Amino acid sequence: MMLTRFLLEKIDRTGWIFLVLLALAAVMVPVLNLAVPPGSPFHVSNTAVSLWGKYMTYALLALAVDLVWGYCGILSLGHGAFFALGGYAMGMYLMRQIGPRGVYSHPILPDFMVFLNWKELPLTWWGFSSFPYALFMVALVPGLLAFVFGWFAFRSRVTGVYLSIITQALTYALMLAFFRNDMGFGGNNGLTDFKDILGFNIQSQTTRAVLFSLSVVALMIGYLLARAIVTSKAGKILIAVRDAEARTRFLGYRVEHFKLFVWTVSAVMAGIAGALYVPQVGIINPSEFSPANSIETIVWVAVGGRGTLVGAALGAGIVNFAKSWFTGAFPQGWLFALGGLFIVVTLFLPKGILGTFTDWWKRRGETREPPAGKAVGQPAE
Amino acid sequence: MIRRPGLVALLAALLTVVLLAPPSARAQDAAPLIQRMATETFNDIAGAVAALATSGSPRAAPVIEALRDNRLVYRQADRAVFIREASGSFVSALTGEPVTDAGTTRPVRLNNAVRRAIDAAMGALTLMNPDPARRAAAAEAVFKSRDASALPALEQAIGQERDARIRILMEEARAAVVVASPEANEADRITAIGVIQRRGDQDALRMLGSLPATAPPRVREAAESASVAIRRTLAVWEAVQNVWYGLSLGSVLLLAAIGLAITFGVMGVINMAHGEMVMIGAYTTFVVQQVLRTMAPGLMDVSLFIALPMAFLVAGAIGIAIERLIIRHLYGRPLETLLATWGVSLVLQQAVRSWFGPTNREVTTPSWMSGSFEVGHLAITANRLAIIIFAAMVFAALLLFLKRTPFGLQTRAVTQNRRMAGAMGIRTNWVDAFTFGLGSGIAGLAGVALSQIDNVSPNLGQGYIIDSFMVVVFGGVGNLWGTLVGAMTLGIANKLLEPYAGAVLGKILLLVFIILFIQKRPRGLFALKGRAVE
Repeated sequence: MMLTRFLLEKIDRTGWIFLVLLALAAVMVPVLNLAVPPGSPFHVSNTAVSLWGKYMTYALLALAVDLVWGYCGILSLGHGAFFALGGYAMGMYLMRQIGPRGVYSHPILPDFMVFLNWKELPLTWWGFSSFPYALFMVALVPGLLAFVFGWFAFRSRVTGVYLSIITQALTYALMLAFFRNDMGFGGNNGLTDFKDILGFNIQSQTTRAVLFSLSVVALMIGYLLARAIVTSKAGKILIAVRDAEARTRFLGYRVEHFKLFVWTVSAVMAGIAGALYVPQVGIINPSEFSPANSIETIVWVAVGGRGTLVGAALGAGIVNFAKSWFTGAFPQGWLFALGGLFIVVTLFLPKGILGTFTDWWKRRGETREPPAGKAVGQPAE
Repeated sequence: MIRRPGLVALLAALLTVVLLAPPSARAQDAAPLIQRMATETFNDIAGAVAALATSGSPRAAPVIEALRDNRLVYRQADRAVFIREASGSFVSALTGEPVTDAGTTRPVRLNNAVRRAIDAAMGALTLMNPDPARRAAAAEAVFKSRDASALPALEQAIGQERDARIRILMEEARAAVVVASPEANEADRITAIGVIQRRGDQDALRMLGSLPATAPPRVREAAESASVAIRRTLAVWEAVQNVWYGLSLGSVLLLAAIGLAITFGVMGVINMAHGEMVMIGAYTTFVVQQVLRTMAPGLMDVSLFIALPMAFLVAGAIGIAIERLIIRHLYGRPLETLLATWGVSLVLQQAVRSWFGPTNREVTTPSWMSGSFEVGHLAITANRLAIIIFAAMVFAALLLFLKRTPFGLQTRAVTQNRRMAGAMGIRTNWVDAFTFGLGSGIAGLAGVALSQIDNVSPNLGQGYIIDSFMVVVFGGVGNLWGTLVGAMTLGIANKLLEPYAGAVLGKILLLVFIILFIQKRPRGLFALKGRAVE
């Protein structure tokens, strides 16, 4: 009860609209997909369910990025690494579930290990047949990596573009590492051909609908958590770090502790997003680590509105919807559009769609309420 | 510096012709031997082949080759011998002159005894071939086969050989035969081992390693100690070779990163589109070559010198345009600049992809940049050497430009204190635009160089951008010497790690090292000191 109060009391109007819409989606989409016959105009197609489910996990990733970038000024060009690590942890569980149904029918080893002529399961794969253990690793691996990385980086006061570049180096190094067959994570091909999750067939429409709803619920919880963090007292300090790091430090706050906290939380969120992403798309491979993916995540947040949380999720949805549409209609045009979006948003919409819209709304209702507690501050260094 | 086999061969051939006995006299000797082949008796044919091979006649090689390929025929009527050419026409075996009507012919037949005679004869013949490259190859072949039957021919060839390099090869071949031969006496074999040790390469090592266990103990000991010595020398050479590769990689990194060092150092702008400037430079080279190929094919060898200024101008102009249109509005917001320039890079990539297609474009390497030569056991390819020299020249030119010209002075003033520079009357906007243009132009130059060693594709720049950032961050921002040291350190470290860790793992280790290094020195090796940094 206390926790619910704590989580809910800070939600503003935009947040409520967002949550209600998400809750509706979590219930209605599976119903419209499973219960309404395909001929009906209200039917939601199977492809739409998995596509939207994918968007929801992207939105959670964007939320995680916004938490560190929008509120703490840490521009991470490597959040895709945490997303992919979470995804790999889930993928390893799903690989173990295949059991003897693989192409080589080996009772324990996944196909690619049989192919590489390995005789026994490497240490890293132990325990992944258990779902709770896999879930634990989904959170632990990205969280631990972020904690260690952040511990060193923030303590040495690596900031600004330097931090951005080493986060990029991090994800690039991981990409190269996961491409190696010797790493034991499927190399170039990654992990795929999943059969079932917790005993449910991963291809069945019911499983997919449930995964969709779970992704929405994860997004809602992620939002509540992020919102609770940024509106708390610690959140105020995070914003202070974003806007004037040195000054905050001189006021006596241990800046690196706050940064490390929010950085680790954000990485865990990204990892969970990845774990939900993998069963829905059915594959995880090293290209998820590519620096370009991480930078694309940044543009989702920038488009939606940096430092608004809801905007980040919205941006993920809008940009990816546009991507699906573009790659269908003008495959040549997508990179032009994405590149143009980067330029236009940074030049003309520094607050993103939601930020701009909120400003406009506030100006319209200036007399109604004073502009207090606004989430969007000055752009940080 | 670059080997010109054609010229050397010609000179050597002339020498041979002048110095050897008059060929006409020998051709007289050859005639009855060739005539003897027009028979059905295999023993006669084999004998004739052996005699012909040692006759030194210029007709020996073509006739024996023809015999080997079943192209030697004789006319049944008068037993005149002809060679059937690939085209089907006949030439006289005695003179090599074409004949109009060969009449009814039968081929000279082969059996195994004849084939053996031919093989031995061919080895001896090529050892005395007028073409030095063929002689060298023949000596190498004997070195590897250690065929004792080649020894007489080898002795004869060594006596006649005038080219010191080839004579050494032949002596090594003889030494190999002697070492391997159980009949030779111990002292000779040990002397021969010394000759092989002086050769000191992998082949020598293999030769010494293959010594049979039946060899006398003293010979085996000598071979063993020679192997150890060779291995030690080879290890040193290998390290030198790796350092050389590292220097080569380092200069590529330097070329790619130095423009970035300028824009980042002076303006604090992280230009994610820098790699695309490199790519544009490479495509400029491609276009210049395409134009030259149709308009002035004679200029293809100097195409790179035409491409260099073009690439500088094209990339520089695009750089200035980007600065004026986009980056100018984002000063003081480095993270936003990073995102906007990433957007620019995507647009440029896609533009090039739509224009030139997604596949690799072929850029011709001029003849003076191909080929290789050896210094000791160090293999040096001409294109790598050219790139190292080019990188050094670009670096020196840039350093001079920044230290010795008024524009360089203004640039440095803006780097150190933008507002003060502005107060002194320097138009900082103008300096910014041209500095960005300069950085991009240098990226264009890098593109011309990289087009020679990498695939010219729309993704060319992507492959270098992360490495370039690592170099700049490692070396320290705003310091060209830092960039030089950073590039060379990373290049050499990468190549030295490669043999132990493999290419990918080596690279990962370096990335991890840089991530850790940044913790220790967040501003790089050579950080700017003073207030300007914050």
